[in-house]
Amino acid sequence: MRLGSGTFAACCVAIEVLGVAIFLRGFFPAPVRSASRTEHRAESHAAEPAAGAVSNWTKLPPPLFRKVVIILIDALRDDFVFGSKGVKFMPYTTYLVEKGAAHSFVAEAKPPTVTMPRIKALMTGSLPGFVDVIRNLNSPELLEDNVIRQAKVAGKRMIFYGDETWLKLFPRHFMEYDGTTSFFVSDYTEVDNNVTRHLDSVLKRDDWDVLILHYLGLDHIGHLSGPNSPLIGHKLSEMDGALMKIHMGLLSKERGSLLPNLLVLCGDHGMSETGSHGASSTEEVSTPLVLVSSVFERKPGDVRHRKHVQQTDLAATLAISLGLPIPKSSVGRLLFPVVEGKSMREQLRFLHLNAVQLSKLLQENVPLYEKDPGFEQFQMSEKLHKNWIQLYLEENSSEVLLNLGTKVLRQYLDTLKTLSLSLSRQVAQYDTYSMAVGTVIVLEVFTLLLLSVPKALGPAAELDVPLSSPLFSLLFYLSLLVLSAVHVVVCTSAESACYFCSVSWLVAGGAVLLMSALLCAVVSALSETAMGSSSKRVGKSPDPSSSKWSELDVLILLGTAGHVLSLGASSFIEEEHQTWYFLVSTLCLALCQEIYKNQILGSDQDLLCGLHAESGPLRALPTVSSLPQGRARLGDGGTHEATSALQRLGSTERAVVLASPWAVLACCRLLRTLNQTGVQGAHRPDLGHWLTSSDHKAALSVLAALSLLAVFLLVQRRCSLLSKVALALGLLGIYCYRAAIGNVMSPWPRGNKALSRGILEARFVYVIVFGILFMGTKALLRAQAAAAGDKARTVGLWEIHSGLALLAALLLRPHNLPVLVCGLLVQTLMAKFIWKPLSHDAAEVTVMHYWFGQAFFYFQGNSNNIATVDISAGFVGLERYMELPAMFLTAFATYVGPILWASHLVNYLSSEASSRSALRHACFCYVLICSIPVSAYVVLVTSLRYHLFIWSVFSPKLLYEGMHLLITAAVCVFFTAVDQTKLTPS
Amino acid sequence: MKDTDITRLVYAHLLCIFSIILSTLLPSLFLENFSILETHLTWLCICSAFVTAVNLVLYLIVKPNAPSKRSSLSHKVARFLKCCIYFLMSCFGFHVIFVLYGAPLIELVLETFLFAVTLSTFTTVPCLCLLGPNIKAWLRVFSRNGVTSVWENSLQITTVFSFLGSWLGAFPIPLDWERPWQVWPISCTLGATFGYVAGLIISPLWIYWNRKQLTYKNN
Repeated sequence: MRLGSGTFAACCVAIEVLGVAIFLRGFFPAPVRSASRTEHRAESHAAEPAAGAVSNWTKLPPPLFRKVVIILIDALRDDFVFGSKGVKFMPYTTYLVEKGAAHSFVAEAKPPTVTMPRIKALMTGSLPGFVDVIRNLNSPELLEDNVIRQAKVAGKRMIFYGDETWLKLFPRHFMEYDGTTSFFVSDYTEVDNNVTRHLDSVLKRDDWDVLILHYLGLDHIGHLSGPNSPLIGHKLSEMDGALMKIHMGLLSKERGSLLPNLLVLCGDHGMSETGSHGASSTEEVSTPLVLVSSVFERKPGDVRHRKHVQQTDLAATLAISLGLPIPKSSVGRLLFPVVEGKSMREQLRFLHLNAVQLSKLLQENVPLYEKDPGFEQFQMSEKLHKNWIQLYLEENSSEVLLNLGTKVLRQYLDTLKTLSLSLSRQVAQYDTYSMAVGTVIVLEVFTLLLLSVPKALGPAAELDVPLSSPLFSLLFYLSLLVLSAVHVVVCTSAESACYFCSVSWLVAGGAVLLMSALLCAVVSALSETAMGSSSKRVGKSPDPSSSKWSELDVLILLGTAGHVLSLGASSFIEEEHQTWYFLVSTLCLALCQEIYKNQILGSDQDLLCGLHAESGPLRALPTVSSLPQGRARLGDGGTHEATSALQRLGSTERAVVLASPWAVLACCRLLRTLNQTGVQGAHRPDLGHWLTSSDHKAALSVLAALSLLAVFLLVQRRCSLLSKVALALGLLGIYCYRAAIGNVMSPWPRGNKALSRGILEARFVYVIVFGILFMGTKALLRAQAAAAGDKARTVGLWEIHSGLALLAALLLRPHNLPVLVCGLLVQTLMAKFIWKPLSHDAAEVTVMHYWFGQAFFYFQGNSNNIATVDISAGFVGLERYMELPAMFLTAFATYVGPILWASHLVNYLSSEASSRSALRHACFCYVLICSIPVSAYVVLVTSLRYHLFIWSVFSPKLLYEGMHLLITAAVCVFFTAVDQTKLTPS
Repeated sequence: MKDTDITRLVYAHLLCIFSIILSTLLPSLFLENFSILETHLTWLCICSAFVTAVNLVLYLIVKPNAPSKRSSLSHKVARFLKCCIYFLMSCFGFHVIFVLYGAPLIELVLETFLFAVTLSTFTTVPCLCLLGPNIKAWLRVFSRNGVTSVWENSLQITTVFSFLGSWLGAFPIPLDWERPWQVWPISCTLGATFGYVAGLIISPLWIYWNRKQLTYKNN
């Protein structure tokens, strides 16, 4: 079967997406969790170990506290409470921490430091898998065993006020609730007032056992203006006031009752120096944890050092405090100071419960649990515990008991530590088999792509894909057999759960089939290449093709190779934007050099003039015979036509050509200052922050208006009249939308109308976007129907491009509109004054588009960190969260750069390029250049899977790469579709 | 002819390398607390001065180009002034390019400019000495197959290596090793220097290895 190289590439990228998806599924491990769900809870709770005599303590111990209040302050960093800010703004809390009846800890949150996984970690005690971040947006109900569920089962009455994520995680669990939404980041007073206003009435009442408050304001301030903003101080004082109020309320309630109350102050995650969160810097993972209760009253001289604990420890502690069973998948350990005041027997009992739960979890998750040091220690301490109980029941002297008890206690604490550690390590268990399957598919596709380069980029841009022959080849059946055997063996002997074994055998069979078919294709392509090269070698001497490479080609190759190599270092991944900025700048300089060379070589009548004008010995050298030779040599290699192309331009135009690389460079430099991204530079001041601060709203408004105008001017020139009008209306609608949600100033007085969510305006723009896209598609189809529709097709493609630009303008944050403008400007400049006059071939143009697309991805403030994804784009024009549109919009807004550049590539090639196969070459090159980093990265990540930064740096990048590949696949489908419309009439 | 040329080239290059080594060692005798990393700017100035001086001396001694006919004093002065202007222009040009590459615009201006001066000494000064203030000749030398002598060939190689060195020198900056030499522009200046030295070493060798293939039009 003969396939165009574009279609071939599209098929390849589709298979590659499949491979990456399987790899991702295997790479992101399912979190350690108890296999037995909460449904069947027939098992009894662990009784106190006793040798000989039967202990009468077989039930769960009674609760330690009557009422528990949890104050969770979003993005509360440890130094906000324990540092100088705490002393200044939270005097009451500082008093409690320093002198009062409280235990304070620094709780370490594990990345991803995003709210929902953190809530899960606090309440289940487990470490949520990395994939949970993706599900952060539509938090489904928490199915794992957790403290809230246990409390509900035990009949505790719970009240919740705050972030509505909780209500989604725990529906029907709260007796009373009031959810606040984190939708408007710009609102940091209302959200918290909505929580605090309930306090007075709730503290008076006595009909509840657990009160949970989740304050969002601090996080919002962090996102808006960072941790050093003066607003932080106000917010902390407000929080301190709330805490004081609650503490007073609890103390007054304690008077008549036997049991004390417990007040927990904690943060879900910290805040980086820029005010964002999501990664794993010290500022983001350090949160305070303060437990306040009258039983923690300290004796004089009792100096308490703040210990570093894990966030997951809170779940076990809360469960013990409330007299509940510890959540089954909790990996945390009891915060021992909480039970320190109890009798030795009770202390040991609590520790035993915790140890039993952890060892059970270990048994369920580790096949060779008997060899685990934690488990050995557990058995040891249980034995000691038994002996101690025996002594206790025999009523030995208290001193012996105490000494021995302290020993058992220490043993238990060590056990818990070891168990917790080895369980946490379990999270990093990889599903190697799925990963291997994914890697094999990706690598096979990549090899196939590489091997078909010479043919696919040949003049015909077609290649033979032998489909029937592998079906009859021995190799195919052999590999099929071997792979199936491997599958069966792996799946039957699997010790740990393996995703690829759990899919239905039909799907697995399909994958196996695919792998062996690809293997056959690779082998046949390989043999063909080998035969081809050998026959060529016989035929003639080594061809001089290698010497034809221009500096630009060398740069492109080196740049690609350098970028792929740089992916091996975590810092380079964190600062990948620097790589792209650097490469794009170098690309501009290389283009500049090429232009100037052509220009000067051309503008002189001859190089000879130059030689003659030169002083010195050169005057003597040019002999008549060498002249034509030198001239010919200088003129060869493609520069000849380019020179003549430059010659044909007028003088002003030539000046523009000479200036355009510098203009592009200046544009890029300007955009770099707009958004500081990455890790090292993220805290530096940038234009974006300056613009978004409320003081400079006027500047932002002017900038946004000018940018929208510039977008119109840049885009409209090649549209039809109707879409021009629509475009203008759409851009107007975008400004209205931004004015409606309060990002920019409204041009007309809006009276006292409150901020709306701009649903109407946004939907109006959506309608226009759809209209423009529809018109573009219609023009494309018409061009296909009427054979002579070359112009219509160009217009249609451009309209699709402008529709995408309009959508981008709607979704990008207003301070990022210059990115869009500069992008369109650079596209215009490059197409008109650089690529066209210099007549680069399709492959070079494609790679340059790809590079610019990558650079613009980072210009808009993205990074390889999940935290920089602008989720608000997913809510534009939506009343409430809807998964599919929100995901689409967020993905589009994040990948605006690559998408717009790819769409421009299609436009440029189909309007400018003379060769019919240009589009196919471009498609193939695009796929190739995108799959090089993906394939390399898949292998790299596999080899680095035990790297320290695998979760914080490499995994987010892997997700980004996977998403980028998906986008590439969509782009390639578009390419192929356009290519088809081009082909049919001719 | 060619072998003697190569020998002279080797001596000239050794002198250049020696001057760079001298610029790192000599100032510590006279200046207190001198070190390349801490008093980087001083070193940059001294290194540039040394390399420029050596290049000028070489130009006067070796005279790779036969003197032009119009060697009147005024012509020489004009030529010298032109060279100075070219040098300054190249410094400013490099500065602009560095800023476009992402060097800070407002802070560290002196550092960036001195880096530009250093790179100019490694690239523009030899060009000026060898080719004179003649852009066309420069373009000829730096276009493919345009060299006409051993000197020009080595000039081409050292210049390209200096650029490459400073280009590669920018790579360690984003790494989080927290080393003192990762600060802008130290890694780039060091890269440029190493590139220059590498070019000085490699170019005679390369010319020697390829002396059979190299046919210059003047011999």
